[in-house]
Amino acid sequence: MDILAKVKEIIVEELGVEESEVTPEANFIEDLGADSLDTVELIMKFEEEFDIDIADEEAEKLTTVGKAIEYLKTKLG
Amino acid sequence: MKGFEDKIAVVTGSARGIGFAIAEAFAQNGATAVILDLNQEDVNNAVQKIDDAGLRAIGFVADVTDSEFISNVFKEIHKKFEKIDILVNNAGITKDGLIMKMKESDWDDVINVNLKGTFNCTQKVCRYMLKQKFGVIINITSIIGIMGNAGQANYAASKGGIIALTKSTAKEFSSRNIRVNAIAPGFIQTDMTAKLPKEVIDKYTAAIPLSRMGLPKDIANLCIFLASDEANYITGQTIQVDGGLVM
Repeated sequence: MDILAKVKEIIVEELGVEESEVTPEANFIEDLGADSLDTVELIMKFEEEFDIDIADEEAEKLTTVGKAIEYLKTKLG
Repeated sequence: MKGFEDKIAVVTGSARGIGFAIAEAFAQNGATAVILDLNQEDVNNAVQKIDDAGLRAIGFVADVTDSEFISNVFKEIHKKFEKIDILVNNAGITKDGLIMKMKESDWDDVINVNLKGTFNCTQKVCRYMLKQKFGVIINITSIIGIMGNAGQANYAASKGGIIALTKSTAKEFSSRNIRVNAIAPGFIQTDMTAKLPKEVIDKYTAAIPLSRMGLPKDIANLCIFLASDEANYITGQTIQVDGGLVM
């Protein structure tokens, strides 16, 4: 599975942003305009799509696209 | 009033009493009523009654205190209809007793069904309502949750909790076009109030400015209004339907 492509696709769909904006440094809230509910929905979508559980303590750390991708790669690797 | 033609309305504890009147009213206004209750036979009978009137209803056996089970029920409802427009958290029980004599289990049971059950269903349905960016949640509380009642500490606490939960839910989800309100019935003719002694009923009826007990239909009418577009600017409120008993 191409995790990177899938994660990008989810972010584009959930947050309604352009794919070009979804860079590794992009912060979900500051750069991609997500609010607190969006971030919860995003985590739920990752859990659903990748069939995993993401603990709240872990979810809190996933503030940027890069951090989310790294986390998911490790978790699914 | 019509206008609920393509709407899916889930009502908990709706095999009988106020819950059934609410489910029936949604069906009469064109919605598909989704009846949730504990007992399979009761659920079947309720669905049948609505069906016999040529209206739409389906039913699920569900215990609102079981979070995982409820999650699956909502998943199934969503799978079938691809949306859930309206949730009415109506399921409720009483286990009355004076505080000094109240068993811990009586406290826990009432809080679990009335308050935690409302939370469980709200949490699960919001998963879908958030995505739809639309939803109406109506929580059935009680005037007892506003004024308190000797012998009903557990029930009063659960219903007061529902009022606070309603406000918090309204605030958390308002940005997603989800409106959340509570209805506080007064004394309504149901199986629940039929258990009360005649002198208690007489005493309360005498204190009601409109001089009668309410009907389940009185509650259902407000549900229809709150779920309609006419109530688009109303959220976080608790509205009493009590013949003026508490003001």
